[in-house]
Amino acid sequence: MSAAEEVVAEGHEAVEAVPKRAMTLGTTTSLVVLAALLIVPAFAKNFIIFQITMLLIYGLAVLALNILTGGSGQFSLGQSAFYAVGAYTSAVLMEQFNVNYALTLPIAGVICFGFGYLFGKPALRLSGVYLALATFALATAMPQLLKLNFLEHWTGGVQGLVVTKPDAPFGLKMSQDTWLYYFTLAVTVAIYVFSVNLLRSRSGRAFMAIRDNEIAASSMGVNVALYKTLAFGVSAGITGVSGALGAIAVQFVAPDSYTITLAISLFLGMVVGGVGWLPGSFVGAAFIIFVPNMAESISKGLSGAVFGVLLFLVIFLVPHGARQVAIVSQQMLGKLRK
Amino acid sequence: MELFTNQILAGIATGAIYACMALAVVMIYQAIDHLNFAQGEMAMFATFISWQLMQWGVPYWGAFVLTLIFAFIGGIAIERILFKPLAKAPILTNVAGFIALFAIINSCAGLIWDFTIKQYPTPFGSAPFLGSQLISTHQAGMIGVTVLLLVALFFFFQYTRIGLAMRAAAALPESARLVGINTSWMIALGWGMASAIGAIAGMLIAPVVFLEPNMMGGVLIYGFAAAVLGGLTSPFGAVVGGFLMGIFENLAGTYIPGVGNELKLPIALALIISVLVVKPAGLFGRHIVKRV
Repeated sequence: MSAAEEVVAEGHEAVEAVPKRAMTLGTTTSLVVLAALLIVPAFAKNFIIFQITMLLIYGLAVLALNILTGGSGQFSLGQSAFYAVGAYTSAVLMEQFNVNYALTLPIAGVICFGFGYLFGKPALRLSGVYLALATFALATAMPQLLKLNFLEHWTGGVQGLVVTKPDAPFGLKMSQDTWLYYFTLAVTVAIYVFSVNLLRSRSGRAFMAIRDNEIAASSMGVNVALYKTLAFGVSAGITGVSGALGAIAVQFVAPDSYTITLAISLFLGMVVGGVGWLPGSFVGAAFIIFVPNMAESISKGLSGAVFGVLLFLVIFLVPHGARQVAIVSQQMLGKLRK
Repeated sequence: MELFTNQILAGIATGAIYACMALAVVMIYQAIDHLNFAQGEMAMFATFISWQLMQWGVPYWGAFVLTLIFAFIGGIAIERILFKPLAKAPILTNVAGFIALFAIINSCAGLIWDFTIKQYPTPFGSAPFLGSQLISTHQAGMIGVTVLLLVALFFFFQYTRIGLAMRAAAALPESARLVGINTSWMIALGWGMASAIGAIAGMLIAPVVFLEPNMMGGVLIYGFAAAVLGGLTSPFGAVVGGFLMGIFENLAGTYIPGVGNELKLPIALALIISVLVVKPAGLFGRHIVKRV
């Protein structure tokens, strides 16, 4: 409790260092997964297709958080705010200004990028728990801001907005759900490829240098302030696109869909998928979509407890998330080949 | 002017709640370097235990002491069983563990005692304090207990061997281990104490917010914010931060037009963030120097 200054040695890093090669899947595996995703609608019912669409959408949001935390080492509990801004941008543009749904995605992305970049500026001075609190404040404020009276004309206030689901274009004979699935899949693949390349680029190396040691990075000439805010911007932009997709898929936006609970789910998705491992984002998304339902079906009254126990099981067995499973199975495969 | 002083008084009264919780938050942060998201739920569960004891006919202070013992042992048990195996896991995994614990405790309390709101007794009575309508004797008692707790903690950490050992284990674990301190048990002890302080906070808060499984949600957020504002390394700062939070919140609600109950929290949080931007370690926190 003394006021004396104290020197803390490094070695207690907030986010572990993940080498960039370990952050992605091999080409063959990626193509197999993609092929599987392409043929799924031929076998699945509409409801399952809808759920996989949601999985991809949440996967994108978790991926965005993963770039921020796993890539540049900054925490955020405020992803739900960016998700909400993306969703509302898309919904308002579609319903009030009759903009085509596909065009709303880039607009949502750009608006959220700007929002995240600006938010990243004051957040620069904060790190660790303090940054978590600041982003948390953003997440709790967002639903209230969306309910504000003078925005009600566009946002529909507490009631929210109903969004119409787009039909398949060019006279293609597929259901709305199937079309939306392929649309989402295309966006997801594009963003995934973009993220992988981003992390392999000069900017990605700068993010990781900052994550691993901020002081060392700045002494090597990395512009720490620029890249930290840039990471915030990119992460918010991707979250915004996923929010916009979410609004189109769910066909409804309301302030109370974007509370802190959503931000916490996204955070859990990242941990379960493995911090810093991009493909894990989709595993994590599957966890946050399916496990609560599973818990509900096991016991209605105790669904929270069952969810907690399942979460504990996962983090006890694989503290490094799905990445650990992937690495172990890769090693076993290697042994089998010999 | 009278409105102003009245609002400050009312702010101090609510601030006492946040100060109590912030103290518990800081205690556990000292021991384990994490914010425990399940702290509020642990406090809520302990408060339900005391309520149950009183339903069975145990007098208030008897239930109070029994609950403290239960919370202390419970805190140690949670650390030993659930979080000791995770000590080497990444920090974010630990945070996920806290969220899981939150879900488990909340849902179990809901199942055992259901979600209806329950009255909770106060040992201090609820008459107006010194003729003021804004502070009741209960709230005055709460402020008293918080200050007492703070003084007791100060003496414990400053003048007892075990307090010294706990400080050493938190500040420099390696060196502490070398001079023969069992750092692992010091962490468990920190959990136990934090859990007991949380239980005290819960029992003091329950008469104001009423007893139900979700009673701590809002309070814990304010408690965190207060702890961060005061500086996570300083119990004194946490208490001051708690009172400041209460005052901020009341003044913002009164003087800024258009701020209803709903916008109080975001505004209070925004204020804290502006404080943090100027003083990143909080008002009374230690400045930590990083070695490259």
